[in-house]
Amino acid sequence: MSAELSIDTKLARKILTGFIQTEISRAGFKRAVLGLSGGLDSALTCYLAAEALGADNVMAVRMPYRTSSQDSLDHAQLVIDALGVRSLTIPITEMVDPLINRFPEMENRRKGNIMARERMIILFDQSEDFKGLVVGTGNKTEILLGYSTLYGDSACAINPLGDLYKTQVRQLSAAMGIPKPLIDKAPSADLWTGQTDEGELGFTYEQVDKVLNLLIDQRFTPEECVEAGFAEDFVRQVLTRVRRNQFKRVLPPIAKLSNRTIGYDFLYLRDWGT
Amino acid sequence: MKLNLALAQINTVLGDVPRNLEKHLDYIDEARKSGADLIIFPELSLTGYVLQDLTPTVAIHPTPSDPVFSKLLEASKAIDIIFGFVEEDERNRFFIASAYLSAGEILHIHHKVYLPTYGLFDEGRFFAWGNEIGAFDTRFGRVGMLICEDFWHASLPYLLWLDGADIFFFTSASPGRGLPAGSRCDEPARLDSSRWVDDINRAYAGLFTSFVVHTNKVGYEDGLNFWGGASVFDPDGEAVVLGPQHQEALVLAELDLNHLHRTRARLPLLRDERTALVQRELTRINNSRNSSN
Repeated sequence: MSAELSIDTKLARKILTGFIQTEISRAGFKRAVLGLSGGLDSALTCYLAAEALGADNVMAVRMPYRTSSQDSLDHAQLVIDALGVRSLTIPITEMVDPLINRFPEMENRRKGNIMARERMIILFDQSEDFKGLVVGTGNKTEILLGYSTLYGDSACAINPLGDLYKTQVRQLSAAMGIPKPLIDKAPSADLWTGQTDEGELGFTYEQVDKVLNLLIDQRFTPEECVEAGFAEDFVRQVLTRVRRNQFKRVLPPIAKLSNRTIGYDFLYLRDWGT
Repeated sequence: MKLNLALAQINTVLGDVPRNLEKHLDYIDEARKSGADLIIFPELSLTGYVLQDLTPTVAIHPTPSDPVFSKLLEASKAIDIIFGFVEEDERNRFFIASAYLSAGEILHIHHKVYLPTYGLFDEGRFFAWGNEIGAFDTRFGRVGMLICEDFWHASLPYLLWLDGADIFFFTSASPGRGLPAGSRCDEPARLDSSRWVDDINRAYAGLFTSFVVHTNKVGYEDGLNFWGGASVFDPDGEAVVLGPQHQEALVLAELDLNHLHRTRARLPLLRDERTALVQRELTRINNSRNSSN
Protein backbone atom coordinates (compact mmCIF):
# COMPACT_ATOMS: atom_id res chain seq x y z
CA MET A 1 0.00 0.00 0.00
CA SER A 2 1.21 3.52 -0.75
CA ALA A 3 2.55 5.51 2.18
CA GLU A 4 -0.18 8.18 1.86
CA LEU A 5 -2.91 5.59 2.49
CA SER A 6 -1.22 3.93 5.42
CA ILE A 7 -3.01 4.60 8.73
CA ASP A 8 -2.33 4.26 12.42
CA THR A 9 -4.70 1.35 13.01
CA LYS A 10 -4.59 1.57 16.81
CA LEU A 11 -5.81 5.15 16.75
CA ALA A 12 -8.44 4.46 14.07
CA ARG A 13 -9.75 1.56 16.14
CA LYS A 14 -9.98 3.70 19.27
CA ILE A 15 -11.81 6.55 17.53
CA LEU A 16 -14.21 4.28 15.64
CA THR A 17 -15.19 2.13 18.63
CA GLY A 18 -15.68 5.33 20.64
CA PHE A 19 -17.85 6.70 17.83
CA ILE A 20 -20.07 3.59 17.69
CA GLN A 21 -20.46 3.42 21.45
CA THR A 22 -21.17 7.14 21.85
CA GLU A 23 -23.49 7.67 18.92
CA ILE A 24 -25.60 4.58 19.67
CA SER A 25 -25.97 5.39 23.35
CA ARG A 26 -26.75 9.07 22.64
CA ALA A 27 -29.62 7.94 20.45
CA GLY A 28 -30.94 6.00 23.47
CA PHE A 29 -29.76 2.53 22.42
CA LYS A 30 -27.05 0.11 23.44
CA ARG A 31 -27.28 -2.43 20.66
CA ALA A 32 -26.42 -2.69 16.98
CA VAL A 33 -27.78 -4.61 14.00
CA LEU A 34 -25.76 -5.18 10.87
CA GLY A 35 -25.85 -7.26 7.73
CA LEU A 36 -22.94 -9.67 7.58
CA SER A 37 -22.27 -10.48 3.93
CA GLY A 38 -19.10 -12.50 4.32
CA GLY A 39 -17.12 -9.59 2.87
CA LEU A 40 -14.52 -7.47 4.58
CA ASP A 41 -16.42 -4.22 5.17
CA SER A 42 -19.21 -5.83 7.16
CA ALA A 43 -16.75 -8.10 8.98
CA LEU A 44 -14.72 -5.10 10.13
CA THR A 45 -17.87 -3.23 11.13
CA CYS A 46 -18.93 -6.27 13.15
CA TYR A 47 -15.54 -6.44 14.90
CA LEU A 48 -15.67 -2.75 15.75
CA ALA A 49 -19.29 -2.95 16.95
CA ALA A 50 -18.57 -5.99 19.12
CA GLU A 51 -15.59 -4.22 20.68
CA ALA A 52 -17.60 -1.03 21.22
CA LEU A 53 -20.82 -2.55 22.57
CA GLY A 54 -19.99 -6.10 23.66
CA ALA A 55 -20.66 -9.14 21.48
CA ASP A 56 -24.01 -9.82 23.14
CA ASN A 57 -25.27 -6.42 21.99
CA VAL A 58 -24.56 -7.04 18.32
CA MET A 59 -26.95 -8.84 15.97
CA ALA A 60 -25.26 -10.00 12.77
CA VAL A 61 -27.73 -10.98 10.06
CA ARG A 62 -26.83 -13.20 7.11
CA MET A 63 -29.25 -12.68 4.20
CA PRO A 64 -28.32 -15.01 1.34
CA TYR A 65 -30.04 -15.15 -2.05
CA ARG A 66 -30.16 -18.47 -3.87
CA THR A 67 -27.19 -17.48 -6.03
CA SER A 68 -25.10 -16.26 -3.12
CA SER A 69 -21.86 -18.19 -2.82
CA GLN A 70 -21.34 -20.70 -0.03
CA ASP A 71 -18.08 -18.90 0.70
CA SER A 72 -20.02 -15.79 1.67
CA LEU A 73 -22.07 -17.72 4.23
CA ASP A 74 -19.02 -19.55 5.54
CA HIS A 75 -16.93 -16.41 5.87
CA ALA A 76 -19.73 -14.64 7.71
CA GLN A 77 -19.91 -17.63 10.05
CA LEU A 78 -16.17 -17.30 10.74
CA VAL A 79 -16.82 -13.78 12.01
CA ILE A 80 -19.82 -14.85 14.10
CA ASP A 81 -17.83 -17.67 15.68
CA ALA A 82 -14.75 -15.55 16.29
CA LEU A 83 -16.66 -12.77 18.05
CA GLY A 84 -19.56 -14.63 19.65
CA VAL A 85 -22.06 -12.03 18.42
CA ARG A 86 -25.71 -12.92 18.08
CA SER A 87 -26.72 -14.04 14.62
CA LEU A 88 -29.65 -14.75 12.36
CA THR A 89 -29.85 -16.19 8.87
CA ILE A 90 -32.76 -14.91 6.81
CA PRO A 91 -32.71 -16.02 3.16
CA ILE A 92 -34.21 -13.41 0.86
CA THR A 93 -34.96 -15.59 -2.17
CA GLU A 94 -38.62 -16.16 -1.41
CA MET A 95 -39.11 -12.45 -0.74
CA VAL A 96 -37.44 -11.01 -3.83
CA ASP A 97 -38.16 -13.66 -6.46
CA PRO A 98 -41.88 -12.84 -6.81
CA LEU A 99 -40.95 -9.30 -7.83
CA ILE A 100 -38.01 -10.35 -9.99
CA ASN A 101 -40.13 -13.00 -11.75
CA ARG A 102 -42.74 -10.44 -12.77
CA PHE A 103 -40.17 -8.92 -15.11
CA PRO A 104 -38.50 -11.73 -17.09
CA GLU A 105 -36.27 -9.22 -18.92
CA MET A 106 -34.86 -7.83 -15.66
CA GLU A 107 -31.10 -7.36 -15.82
CA ASN A 108 -28.62 -7.98 -13.03
CA ARG A 109 -28.39 -4.41 -11.80
CA ARG A 110 -32.15 -4.20 -11.09
CA LYS A 111 -32.07 -7.55 -9.36
CA GLY A 112 -29.10 -6.49 -7.28
CA ASN A 113 -30.86 -3.30 -6.21
CA ILE A 114 -33.97 -5.26 -5.19
CA MET A 115 -31.83 -7.62 -3.11
CA ALA A 116 -29.99 -4.74 -1.44
CA ARG A 117 -33.27 -3.04 -0.58
CA GLU A 118 -34.82 -6.25 0.73
CA ARG A 119 -31.84 -6.64 3.03
CA MET A 120 -32.39 -3.07 4.20
CA ILE A 121 -36.02 -3.93 5.08
CA ILE A 122 -34.86 -6.93 7.10
CA LEU A 123 -32.19 -4.99 8.97
CA PHE A 124 -34.51 -2.15 9.91
CA ASP A 125 -37.13 -4.69 11.01
CA GLN A 126 -34.51 -6.40 13.17
CA SER A 127 -33.55 -2.97 14.47
CA GLU A 128 -37.07 -2.63 15.85
CA ASP A 129 -37.16 -6.15 17.25
CA PHE A 130 -33.64 -6.24 18.71
CA LYS A 131 -33.78 -2.59 19.82
CA GLY A 132 -30.49 -1.87 18.10
CA LEU A 133 -29.42 0.70 15.54
CA VAL A 134 -28.42 -0.36 12.05
CA VAL A 135 -24.69 0.18 11.61
CA GLY A 136 -23.67 0.84 8.02
CA THR A 137 -20.71 -0.82 6.35
CA GLY A 138 -19.96 1.48 3.41
CA ASN A 139 -16.38 2.67 2.95
CA LYS A 140 -15.08 5.95 1.54
CA THR A 141 -14.17 4.46 -1.84
CA GLU A 142 -17.63 3.10 -2.53
CA ILE A 143 -19.39 6.19 -1.16
CA LEU A 144 -17.32 8.45 -3.41
CA LEU A 145 -17.81 6.22 -6.44
CA GLY A 146 -21.50 5.73 -5.67
CA TYR A 147 -20.94 1.97 -5.74
CA SER A 148 -23.95 1.15 -3.58
CA THR A 149 -27.74 0.93 -3.75
CA LEU A 150 -29.51 4.05 -2.57
CA TYR A 151 -31.84 3.12 0.32
CA GLY A 152 -30.34 -0.36 0.12
CA ASP A 153 -26.91 -1.16 1.52
CA SER A 154 -26.26 2.56 2.00
CA ALA A 155 -29.16 2.86 4.48
CA CYS A 156 -28.04 2.97 8.09
CA ALA A 157 -28.18 4.91 11.36
CA ILE A 158 -24.44 5.47 11.69
CA ASN A 159 -21.48 4.76 9.45
CA PRO A 160 -18.11 4.04 11.09
CA LEU A 161 -16.12 3.12 7.93
CA GLY A 162 -17.19 5.98 5.67
CA ASP A 163 -13.91 7.88 6.01
CA LEU A 164 -11.65 4.88 5.31
CA TYR A 165 -10.69 3.90 1.78
CA LYS A 166 -11.03 0.24 0.88
CA THR A 167 -7.27 -0.30 1.12
CA GLN A 168 -7.37 1.25 4.60
CA VAL A 169 -10.27 -1.06 5.53
CA ARG A 170 -7.97 -3.95 4.61
CA GLN A 171 -5.20 -2.55 6.78
CA LEU A 172 -7.44 -2.07 9.82
CA SER A 173 -9.02 -5.50 9.27
CA ALA A 174 -5.62 -7.17 9.32
CA ALA A 175 -4.68 -5.29 12.51
CA MET A 176 -7.90 -6.42 14.20
CA GLY A 177 -7.22 -10.05 13.41
CA ILE A 178 -10.06 -10.67 10.98
CA PRO A 179 -9.75 -14.19 9.50
CA LYS A 180 -7.36 -14.25 6.57
CA PRO A 181 -9.72 -15.75 3.95
CA LEU A 182 -11.85 -12.58 4.24
CA ILE A 183 -8.87 -10.29 3.79
CA ASP A 184 -7.40 -12.22 0.87
CA LYS A 185 -10.48 -12.78 -1.30
CA ALA A 186 -11.59 -10.49 -4.12
CA PRO A 187 -14.17 -7.94 -2.92
CA SER A 188 -17.65 -8.72 -4.23
CA ALA A 189 -21.21 -7.57 -3.68
CA ASP A 190 -22.12 -11.21 -4.51
CA LEU A 191 -25.33 -10.07 -6.17
CA TRP A 192 -24.82 -12.50 -9.01
CA THR A 193 -22.49 -15.43 -9.58
CA GLY A 194 -18.93 -14.43 -10.37
CA GLN A 195 -19.46 -10.74 -9.68
CA THR A 196 -16.42 -8.88 -8.33
CA ASP A 197 -16.24 -5.18 -7.46
CA GLU A 198 -13.05 -4.62 -9.39
CA GLY A 199 -14.39 -6.49 -12.45
CA GLU A 200 -17.53 -4.38 -12.45
CA LEU A 201 -15.79 -1.07 -11.73
CA GLY A 202 -13.06 -1.68 -14.28
CA PHE A 203 -10.15 -0.82 -12.01
CA THR A 204 -8.61 -2.05 -8.77
CA TYR A 205 -9.19 -0.51 -5.35
CA GLU A 206 -5.45 -0.06 -5.01
CA GLN A 207 -5.44 2.15 -8.14
CA VAL A 208 -8.60 4.10 -7.46
CA ASP A 209 -7.82 4.74 -3.80
CA LYS A 210 -4.55 6.41 -4.79
CA VAL A 211 -6.31 8.69 -7.26
CA LEU A 212 -9.18 9.46 -4.88
CA ASN A 213 -6.68 10.30 -2.16
CA LEU A 214 -5.00 12.80 -4.51
CA LEU A 215 -8.24 14.29 -5.85
CA ILE A 216 -10.25 14.44 -2.64
CA ASP A 217 -7.86 14.45 0.31
CA GLN A 218 -4.85 16.18 -1.23
CA ARG A 219 -6.99 18.48 -3.44
CA PHE A 220 -4.94 17.76 -6.59
CA THR A 221 -6.34 18.96 -9.92
CA PRO A 222 -6.97 16.22 -12.54
CA GLU A 223 -3.96 17.58 -14.45
CA GLU A 224 -1.76 17.19 -11.38
CA CYS A 225 -2.96 13.57 -11.03
CA VAL A 226 -1.90 12.93 -14.63
CA GLU A 227 1.47 14.54 -13.89
CA ALA A 228 1.72 12.21 -10.90
CA GLY A 229 1.55 9.26 -13.30
CA PHE A 230 -2.13 8.32 -13.68
CA ALA A 231 -3.76 7.83 -17.08
CA GLU A 232 -5.90 10.80 -18.05
CA ASP A 233 -8.89 8.63 -19.03
CA PHE A 234 -8.81 6.91 -15.69
CA VAL A 235 -8.67 10.17 -13.72
CA ARG A 236 -11.58 11.61 -15.76
CA GLN A 237 -13.60 8.45 -15.33
CA VAL A 238 -13.14 8.51 -11.54
CA LEU A 239 -13.96 12.21 -11.30
CA THR A 240 -17.12 11.75 -13.37
CA ARG A 241 -18.27 8.91 -11.14
CA VAL A 242 -17.69 11.02 -8.02
CA ARG A 243 -19.64 13.96 -9.48
CA ARG A 244 -22.52 11.94 -10.90
CA ASN A 245 -23.09 10.12 -7.62
CA GLN A 246 -23.31 13.20 -5.40
CA PHE A 247 -27.09 12.58 -5.23
CA LYS A 248 -26.44 9.43 -3.21
CA ARG A 249 -24.50 11.38 -0.61
CA VAL A 250 -27.07 14.05 0.25
CA LEU A 251 -30.65 14.11 1.43
CA PRO A 252 -33.16 14.88 -1.33
CA PRO A 253 -33.33 18.66 -1.85
CA ILE A 254 -36.42 20.33 -0.45
CA ALA A 255 -37.99 23.10 -2.54
CA LYS A 256 -37.69 26.25 -0.49
CA LEU A 257 -40.88 28.22 0.06
CA SER A 258 -40.93 29.49 3.65
CA ASN A 259 -38.50 31.61 5.61
CA ARG A 260 -37.14 28.59 7.41
CA THR A 261 -36.61 25.39 5.51
CA ILE A 262 -35.24 22.05 6.63
CA GLY A 263 -31.77 21.57 5.23
CA TYR A 264 -31.09 25.23 4.38
CA ASP A 265 -31.75 27.33 7.46
CA PHE A 266 -32.91 24.80 10.01
CA LEU A 267 -29.54 23.49 11.14
CA TYR A 268 -28.97 21.10 14.01
CA LEU A 269 -26.69 18.14 14.55
CA ARG A 270 -28.34 14.80 15.13
CA ASP A 271 -26.78 14.84 18.61
CA TRP A 272 -28.92 17.89 19.46
CA GLY A 273 -29.64 17.81 23.20
CA THR A 274 -27.62 14.68 23.95
CA MET B 1 5.56 31.22 43.66
CA LYS B 2 3.59 28.14 42.72
CA LEU B 3 0.34 27.98 40.74
CA ASN B 4 -1.67 24.76 40.85
CA LEU B 5 -3.78 24.23 37.77
CA ALA B 6 -6.60 21.80 37.06
CA LEU B 7 -7.22 21.30 33.34
CA ALA B 8 -10.73 19.95 32.88
CA GLN B 9 -10.83 18.22 29.47
CA ILE B 10 -14.53 17.39 29.52
CA ASN B 11 -17.24 16.08 27.24
CA THR B 12 -20.44 18.14 26.96
CA VAL B 13 -24.13 17.63 26.29
CA LEU B 14 -24.91 19.48 23.06
CA GLY B 15 -27.09 22.46 23.87
CA ASP B 16 -27.99 21.43 27.44
CA VAL B 17 -26.61 24.20 29.65
CA PRO B 18 -28.06 22.94 32.98
CA ARG B 19 -26.47 19.50 32.60
CA ASN B 20 -23.15 20.99 31.54
CA LEU B 21 -23.28 23.41 34.47
CA GLU B 22 -23.77 20.46 36.80
CA LYS B 23 -20.63 18.84 35.39
CA HIS B 24 -18.71 22.11 35.79
CA LEU B 25 -19.68 22.29 39.45
CA ASP B 26 -18.62 18.66 40.01
CA TYR B 27 -15.23 19.23 38.38
CA ILE B 28 -14.77 22.50 40.26
CA ASP B 29 -15.42 20.67 43.50
CA GLU B 30 -12.94 17.95 42.62
CA ALA B 31 -10.29 20.47 41.55
CA ARG B 32 -10.75 22.42 44.79
CA LYS B 33 -10.32 19.23 46.83
CA SER B 34 -7.13 18.47 44.85
CA GLY B 35 -5.68 21.78 45.97
CA ALA B 36 -5.92 23.57 42.60
CA ASP B 37 -5.91 27.37 42.51
CA LEU B 38 -7.47 27.63 39.05
CA ILE B 39 -9.56 25.30 36.91
CA ILE B 40 -9.71 25.72 33.13
CA PHE B 41 -12.56 24.35 31.02
CA PRO B 42 -12.50 24.10 27.19
CA GLU B 43 -14.07 26.36 24.58
CA LEU B 44 -17.88 26.45 24.79
CA SER B 45 -17.74 24.15 27.80
CA LEU B 46 -21.24 25.17 28.95
CA THR B 47 -22.89 24.39 25.63
CA GLY B 48 -20.96 22.00 23.37
CA TYR B 49 -19.39 23.03 20.09
CA VAL B 50 -21.42 22.48 16.88
CA LEU B 51 -24.35 24.59 18.04
CA GLN B 52 -25.63 25.90 14.71
CA ASP B 53 -29.25 27.00 15.28
CA LEU B 54 -29.01 26.17 19.00
CA THR B 55 -26.78 29.24 19.42
CA PRO B 56 -29.45 31.78 20.45
CA THR B 57 -31.12 29.28 22.79
CA VAL B 58 -27.99 28.57 24.88
CA ALA B 59 -26.65 32.13 25.13
CA ILE B 60 -26.31 33.77 28.55
CA HIS B 61 -25.68 37.27 29.84
CA PRO B 62 -22.59 37.19 32.05
CA THR B 63 -24.10 39.07 34.96
CA PRO B 64 -24.69 38.10 38.60
CA SER B 65 -28.44 38.03 37.92
CA ASP B 66 -28.10 35.24 35.35
CA PRO B 67 -29.01 31.95 37.10
CA VAL B 68 -26.22 29.95 35.41
CA PHE B 69 -23.52 32.59 35.63
CA SER B 70 -24.32 33.31 39.28
CA LYS B 71 -23.62 29.67 40.25
CA LEU B 72 -20.16 29.84 38.66
CA LEU B 73 -19.48 33.23 40.26
CA GLU B 74 -20.40 31.72 43.61
CA ALA B 75 -18.12 28.71 42.97
CA SER B 76 -15.25 31.07 42.08
CA LYS B 77 -15.10 32.20 45.70
CA ALA B 78 -13.22 28.96 46.44
CA ILE B 79 -11.16 28.55 43.25
CA ASP B 80 -10.51 30.66 40.14
CA ILE B 81 -12.40 29.46 37.06
CA ILE B 82 -12.01 29.81 33.30
CA PHE B 83 -14.94 28.47 31.30
CA GLY B 84 -16.45 28.80 27.84
CA PHE B 85 -19.96 29.91 26.90
CA VAL B 86 -22.09 31.76 24.36
CA GLU B 87 -22.51 35.40 25.33
CA GLU B 88 -25.42 37.45 24.07
CA ASP B 89 -24.64 41.15 24.34
CA GLU B 90 -27.12 43.95 24.96
CA ARG B 91 -27.66 44.32 21.21
CA ASN B 92 -28.29 40.58 20.75
CA ARG B 93 -25.03 39.65 19.12
CA PHE B 94 -23.73 36.19 20.00
CA PHE B 95 -20.07 35.66 20.86
CA ILE B 96 -17.96 32.62 21.63
CA ALA B 97 -16.67 33.76 25.02
CA SER B 98 -14.31 32.75 27.82
CA ALA B 99 -14.67 34.19 31.30
CA TYR B 100 -12.11 34.35 34.08
CA LEU B 101 -13.86 34.37 37.46
CA SER B 102 -12.11 34.91 40.80
CA ALA B 103 -13.37 35.55 44.34
CA GLY B 104 -16.95 35.91 43.09
CA GLU B 105 -16.02 38.55 40.51
CA ILE B 106 -15.52 38.65 36.74
CA LEU B 107 -11.89 39.53 36.09
CA HIS B 108 -12.08 39.32 32.32
CA ILE B 109 -14.21 38.14 29.41
CA HIS B 110 -12.65 37.39 26.03
CA HIS B 111 -14.69 37.22 22.82
CA LYS B 112 -13.21 34.92 20.18
CA VAL B 113 -11.67 37.17 17.54
CA TYR B 114 -11.05 34.65 14.75
CA LEU B 115 -14.06 32.54 13.81
CA PRO B 116 -13.03 29.74 11.45
CA THR B 117 -15.51 29.56 8.58
CA TYR B 118 -13.97 27.12 6.15
CA GLY B 119 -13.65 23.38 5.72
CA LEU B 120 -15.61 21.71 8.49
CA PHE B 121 -15.99 24.99 10.42
CA ASP B 122 -18.95 27.34 10.17
CA GLU B 123 -18.56 29.70 13.13
CA GLY B 124 -18.80 32.96 11.19
CA ARG B 125 -22.31 32.00 10.14
CA PHE B 126 -23.61 31.88 13.71
CA PHE B 127 -21.36 34.14 15.79
CA ALA B 128 -20.17 37.74 15.94
CA TRP B 129 -16.44 38.44 15.71
CA GLY B 130 -14.72 39.64 18.89
CA ASN B 131 -12.89 42.91 18.48
CA GLU B 132 -10.50 43.27 21.41
CA ILE B 133 -7.42 41.63 22.84
CA GLY B 134 -6.13 42.34 26.31
CA ALA B 135 -4.09 40.85 29.11
CA PHE B 136 -5.42 41.20 32.65
CA ASP B 137 -4.20 40.90 36.23
CA THR B 138 -4.92 37.95 38.50
CA ARG B 139 -3.65 36.91 41.89
CA PHE B 140 -1.02 34.86 40.04
CA GLY B 141 0.23 37.68 37.82
CA ARG B 142 -0.79 39.07 34.46
CA VAL B 143 -2.32 36.59 32.03
CA GLY B 144 -4.18 36.37 28.72
CA MET B 145 -6.91 34.16 27.25
CA LEU B 146 -7.46 33.07 23.64
CA ILE B 147 -9.91 30.65 22.07
CA CYS B 148 -8.84 28.02 19.52
CA GLU B 149 -8.53 29.71 16.08
CA ASP B 150 -7.34 32.87 17.90
CA PHE B 151 -3.99 31.26 18.62
CA TRP B 152 -3.53 30.11 15.03
CA HIS B 153 -2.95 33.80 14.30
CA ALA B 154 0.45 34.62 15.78
CA SER B 155 -0.49 38.27 16.21
CA LEU B 156 -2.84 37.58 19.11
CA PRO B 157 -0.42 35.75 21.44
CA TYR B 158 2.14 38.38 20.44
CA LEU B 159 -0.20 41.21 21.48
CA LEU B 160 -0.98 39.50 24.79
CA TRP B 161 2.74 39.10 25.41
CA LEU B 162 3.37 42.80 24.81
CA ASP B 163 0.37 43.63 26.97
CA GLY B 164 2.07 41.89 29.87
CA ALA B 165 0.78 38.31 29.85
CA ASP B 166 3.20 35.81 31.37
CA ILE B 167 0.72 32.93 31.33
CA PHE B 168 -1.38 32.19 28.24
CA PHE B 169 -4.63 30.31 28.76
CA PHE B 170 -5.78 28.76 25.50
CA THR B 171 -9.05 26.83 25.21
CA SER B 172 -10.36 24.77 22.30
CA ALA B 173 -13.06 22.53 20.94
CA SER B 174 -10.73 21.09 18.33
CA PRO B 175 -12.22 18.44 16.02
CA GLY B 176 -9.82 15.54 15.60
CA ARG B 177 -8.60 14.96 12.04
CA GLY B 178 -5.70 13.55 10.12
CA LEU B 179 -4.99 9.88 10.84
CA PRO B 180 -1.22 9.55 10.80
CA ALA B 181 0.53 6.62 9.20
CA GLY B 182 1.61 3.86 11.62
CA SER B 183 2.44 5.11 15.11
CA ARG B 184 5.96 5.57 16.35
CA CYS B 185 6.58 3.24 19.23
CA ASP B 186 8.15 5.98 21.39
CA GLU B 187 4.96 8.01 21.69
CA PRO B 188 1.25 7.24 21.95
CA ALA B 189 -0.83 7.43 18.79
CA ARG B 190 -2.35 10.84 18.18
CA LEU B 191 -4.12 12.70 15.39
CA ASP B 192 -2.45 15.33 13.23
CA SER B 193 -4.69 18.03 14.74
CA SER B 194 -3.44 17.17 18.22
CA ARG B 195 0.18 17.31 17.12
CA TRP B 196 -0.29 20.65 15.29
CA VAL B 197 -1.74 22.32 18.39
CA ASP B 198 1.00 21.06 20.70
CA ASP B 199 3.68 22.07 18.21
CA ILE B 200 2.54 25.69 18.06
CA ASN B 201 1.90 25.94 21.80
CA ARG B 202 5.38 24.63 22.52
CA ALA B 203 6.71 27.21 20.05
CA TYR B 204 4.78 30.08 21.69
CA ALA B 205 6.08 29.08 25.12
CA GLY B 206 9.65 29.16 23.84
CA LEU B 207 9.29 32.30 21.67
CA PHE B 208 7.55 34.29 24.38
CA THR B 209 9.43 32.71 27.31
CA SER B 210 6.05 32.26 28.97
CA PHE B 211 3.74 29.51 30.23
CA VAL B 212 1.24 28.22 27.68
CA VAL B 213 -1.73 26.30 29.07
CA HIS B 214 -4.22 24.56 26.78
CA THR B 215 -7.49 22.74 27.50
CA ASN B 216 -9.51 21.00 24.80
CA LYS B 217 -12.90 19.30 24.70
CA VAL B 218 -13.33 15.52 24.42
CA GLY B 219 -16.14 13.31 23.11
CA TYR B 220 -18.11 13.18 19.87
CA GLU B 221 -20.66 15.41 18.17
CA ASP B 222 -22.23 13.41 15.34
CA GLY B 223 -19.18 12.18 13.39
CA LEU B 224 -16.69 14.68 14.85
CA ASN B 225 -14.34 13.55 17.59
CA PHE B 226 -12.58 15.88 20.04
CA TRP B 227 -9.20 14.75 21.28
CA GLY B 228 -8.66 16.32 24.70
CA GLY B 229 -4.90 16.25 25.30
CA ALA B 230 -4.64 19.20 27.69
CA SER B 231 -1.11 20.58 27.96
CA VAL B 232 1.16 22.98 29.80
CA PHE B 233 4.48 24.16 28.34
CA ASP B 234 6.99 26.08 30.47
CA PRO B 235 8.99 29.18 29.39
CA ASP B 236 11.70 26.92 27.97
CA GLY B 237 9.14 25.20 25.74
CA GLU B 238 9.26 21.98 27.75
CA ALA B 239 6.06 20.07 28.53
CA VAL B 240 5.03 20.31 32.20
CA VAL B 241 2.09 18.00 31.62
CA LEU B 242 0.33 16.32 28.69
CA GLY B 243 -3.19 15.04 29.33
CA PRO B 244 -4.60 11.82 27.85
CA GLN B 245 -5.98 11.76 24.31
CA HIS B 246 -9.70 11.21 23.70
CA GLN B 247 -10.85 10.75 27.28
CA GLU B 248 -12.27 12.94 29.99
CA ALA B 249 -9.77 13.87 32.68
CA LEU B 250 -8.96 16.44 35.30
CA VAL B 251 -5.27 17.00 34.62
CA LEU B 252 -3.30 18.60 37.45
CA ALA B 253 -0.15 20.65 36.95
CA GLU B 254 2.03 22.68 39.28
CA LEU B 255 3.62 25.76 37.70
CA ASP B 256 6.73 27.20 39.29
CA LEU B 257 6.28 30.87 38.36
CA ASN B 258 9.90 31.63 39.28
CA HIS B 259 10.73 29.76 36.08
CA LEU B 260 9.91 33.00 34.22
CA HIS B 261 12.75 34.75 36.04
CA ARG B 262 15.24 32.00 35.31
CA THR B 263 14.41 31.68 31.60
CA ARG B 264 14.29 35.42 30.94
CA ALA B 265 17.61 35.95 32.74
CA ARG B 266 19.11 33.55 30.24
CA LEU B 267 17.10 34.57 27.21
CA PRO B 268 15.98 38.26 27.19
CA LEU B 269 13.68 38.02 24.15
CA LEU B 270 11.03 40.16 25.82
CA ARG B 271 13.58 42.84 26.80
CA ASP B 272 14.88 43.02 23.24
CA GLU B 273 11.53 43.04 21.46
CA ARG B 274 11.36 46.14 19.25
CA THR B 275 7.72 47.13 19.32
CA ALA B 276 8.27 50.56 17.78
CA LEU B 277 9.87 48.87 14.78
CA VAL B 278 6.92 46.48 14.52
CA GLN B 279 4.48 49.36 14.66
CA ARG B 280 6.40 51.39 12.07
CA GLU B 281 6.65 48.48 9.67
CA LEU B 282 3.02 47.45 10.18
CA THR B 283 1.95 50.98 9.33
CA ARG B 284 4.09 50.93 6.22
CA ILE B 285 2.82 47.49 5.16
CA ASN B 286 -0.81 48.39 5.77
CA ASN B 287 -0.39 51.55 3.71
CA SER B 288 1.42 49.84 0.86
CA ARG B 289 -0.16 48.40 -2.24
CA ASN B 290 1.04 44.95 -1.24
CA SER B 291 -1.03 44.87 1.92
CA SER B 292 -3.36 41.87 2.01
CA ASN B 293 -5.65 43.39 4.65
